[in-house]
Amino acid sequence: MNNCIVAFCCEHSAYPAADLAGKLKLHYPENLRIIRVPCAGRVDLIHILKAFEKGAAAVMVMGCEGGACHHMTGNTRTKERVKYCNLLLREIEADGRLVAMFNLSPNAPHKFVGAVNEITKRIKESGR
Amino acid sequence: MIIAERKPMDEIKRMLAPYKKVLVAGCGTCVTVCWAGGEKEVAILASQLRLARSAEHNEISIFEASVERQCEREMVAEIKDKVTEVEAVISLACGAGVQTMSEMFEDKPVFPGVNTTFIGMPEKEGLWVEMCGACGDCFLDRTGGICPIVRCAKGLLNGPCGGTRKGGKCEIDPDKDCAWVLIYRRLEKQGRLDLMRNYYAPKNYRAVKRPGRIQAAKA
Repeated sequence: MNNCIVAFCCEHSAYPAADLAGKLKLHYPENLRIIRVPCAGRVDLIHILKAFEKGAAAVMVMGCEGGACHHMTGNTRTKERVKYCNLLLREIEADGRLVAMFNLSPNAPHKFVGAVNEITKRIKESGR
Repeated sequence: MIIAERKPMDEIKRMLAPYKKVLVAGCGTCVTVCWAGGEKEVAILASQLRLARSAEHNEISIFEASVERQCEREMVAEIKDKVTEVEAVISLACGAGVQTMSEMFEDKPVFPGVNTTFIGMPEKEGLWVEMCGACGDCFLDRTGGICPIVRCAKGLLNGPCGGTRKGGKCEIDPDKDCAWVLIYRRLEKQGRLDLMRNYYAPKNYRAVKRPGRIQAAKA
């Protein structure tokens, strides 16, 4: 798992977007590890921290667009959790930007690839 | 319930710096409810410590355990095996829990991972407010169930003071309600406004002797 990017993808939005990116043969970094979750709201702080403990370079949480969550508020709750996780990482002098929340719709494969490229850029900037 | 908040990470890291095997011990009662020291917070702190130490190339072995109430010896005894395996314990319980743990395992250093702050209640999600000063001589029967000792910024027994702002806010903190305005409105609803005319002599703070000790009546 060393230096990979862990992406927790909501099965209603980011996961189909990733699927579509594959079908369209869009290129994104090969060190991406996708974990399908029933809702971005399922992702807890400890899941993110454990990913870093196992050696992940960055963690992405990808959920539905604002107001489109299948479970009503899963994406907004997780956005707050991710913000708190930024703080937890900064507390231990790690780069808080290496955990980020992205909102996208299932038909947005380019946005999915853009998000992965964005986090890859942050990893490079953090010197990892 | 007792409200606590986690100590700053730097302070926790400094306390644990000399140790390589540490137990993070949580408590399943008050500090769980105020998000400071429950099972979840134990896991988060343990993970943060592992990550911090690994970044410094100074590995640490961390065990995690939580008991229902860390202020009871019988419950703390449940994690005795785990404590014997480690060099130090960081407890995320309130001060009573830390001291119970420390008393039971005298040969191990037990560090506080949280600052125990007050007795309070949740006002909304993630916000707790102080409600009781544990003064040992409860005054709530005369104030409509609102404690002026902790909820009035000046702790006045004969309020309100002259500084109450428009809208019944406190002169010290305009975001805070004036406790005595709240008391007045509560007593008005209960038809007990005559209590506002009483003069209350300075409070006898000697009612609580330190350390406090209460022996239940034997049946």
